[in-house]
Amino acid sequence: MSSVLYDAPGAKARIRHLVLGVATFVVVVAIIGFVIWRLAETGQFTEAKWKIFTFPFVQQTILQAVGATLSAFAVAAAGSLVLGLALAVGRLSDRAWVSTPFHWFTELFRAIPVLILMMMFYYGLPPLLGLKWPPYVAVVVALVLYNGSVLAEVFRAGIEALPKGQREAGVAIGLTKSQVTSIILLPQAVRSMLPVIISQLVVTLKDTALGFIVTYNEILFQAKYFGSQIQYGSPIVPSAIVAGVLYVGMCLILSGLAKLAERQLRRSQRVAGPKKGAPALNAAQDAATTI
Amino acid sequence: MSTLLNNLDVFTTGFRNTIILFLVSGLFALILGTIIGTMRVSPVPAMRGFGTLYVNVVRNTPLTLVLFFFAFGYPKLGLPEIDFTTAAIVGLSLYTASYVAEVLRSGINTVPVGQAEAARAIGLPFLQTLTLVILPQAFRSVLPPLFSVLIALLKNTTVAAGFSVAEAGSIRAFLAERGEPGMIVLLWVALIFVILVLILAQLQRYFEKKWKVAR
Repeated sequence: MSSVLYDAPGAKARIRHLVLGVATFVVVVAIIGFVIWRLAETGQFTEAKWKIFTFPFVQQTILQAVGATLSAFAVAAAGSLVLGLALAVGRLSDRAWVSTPFHWFTELFRAIPVLILMMMFYYGLPPLLGLKWPPYVAVVVALVLYNGSVLAEVFRAGIEALPKGQREAGVAIGLTKSQVTSIILLPQAVRSMLPVIISQLVVTLKDTALGFIVTYNEILFQAKYFGSQIQYGSPIVPSAIVAGVLYVGMCLILSGLAKLAERQLRRSQRVAGPKKGAPALNAAQDAATTI
Repeated sequence: MSTLLNNLDVFTTGFRNTIILFLVSGLFALILGTIIGTMRVSPVPAMRGFGTLYVNVVRNTPLTLVLFFFAFGYPKLGLPEIDFTTAAIVGLSLYTASYVAEVLRSGINTVPVGQAEAARAIGLPFLQTLTLVILPQAFRSVLPPLFSVLIALLKNTTVAAGFSVAEAGSIRAFLAERGEPGMIVLLWVALIFVILVLILAQLQRYFEKKWKVAR
């Protein structure tokens, strides 16, 4: 354990670090303890408040809500990957009349808040068209448009960070431009940008929770519903805890799977793309940072 | 156009609150994020552990859930009452701080090793190495991702609309009562957001030029 930011601790520094470490520990434990004490004091851990979660019906409903969240996430993730690829390829076109509209499309949908997009597709658009569709459609379409645009930028940044020789070599062996993009550039770009792509997918999963505001029947919506049942003592805090554990758990599982996939991909890496930590790659990954 | 002009009062209040939310939580997120970023690289293992835990937990929690807790859960804890706007500011700051911390940490890694070595060679302790030598340089190189985080914060303020804060995200609900067409209202809201984001992007370009690192 050493860092360029500080020297290896000597005798005095070790004592100081120990004192600071203990102080940090005490402060953190005090904060957590205070929250737990307040929760206990206000009776959030009593049997009555948690009773509602012991009924099979309630548990099934929560499972269905988890299914609703996962289903919205799966469709939105697949859709935004496809849209992102299409937008990135369009933006990299040599013809300005092709690349400019794609450029504006990505910039526009990156700038509009997802929630406003969801509201447009739920409250705004259906009455204009004389149609009515479930909030699920609005949630998925908004997530696809937003995350697709973000991913397009990620793919583009990844392709542009590749060494120039890759494209030139492809052209030199007689591949067409679309072949160069699809079999040489994109696979390497996806591999080098995988951490960013994955974190964007985690963002997609988290953003499904916005569906709560446009009445999509997902985890948080159910949590609010069960949390306001007065005959069970309005267990809103227990509900929030249940929803929190579910969300954090799902996101951690997704991040874990992603790390696993990344390791596998790196192991089977046959071509030398930009090395991990190369300045061009770091810059590309940083530029694509979003929430 | 008439939709915007006839309801200018609602639009101005909405976006004024959005900008207040953005500025206040942006400030707190930067301060808190810097502290947590510092903890993540500090020589004290307990601080590093706490920083890592905080970032990992908060980055895997939806903002909607954070605001949900502060809007509905917090009032049940019998603590001093806070209004919905304050609750939203606390939630947004805590959430955004984890992203600021991550951005700063990656920025610290981009500062050449020689800088830290030189700082240690002249006898600076950890905090001074960081605050006098490393962070000022890191801040410059992380401007683009830092502004991405701030732009994301601006857009995330709309989530507070779901929790009784009268800001830009709630304009539609207000104007639905006045019988305005929802799509037109939302398109105006979206347009104003695009303009605000463009202003932030312009600001980023200005600062990048002003603070360019000569290396």
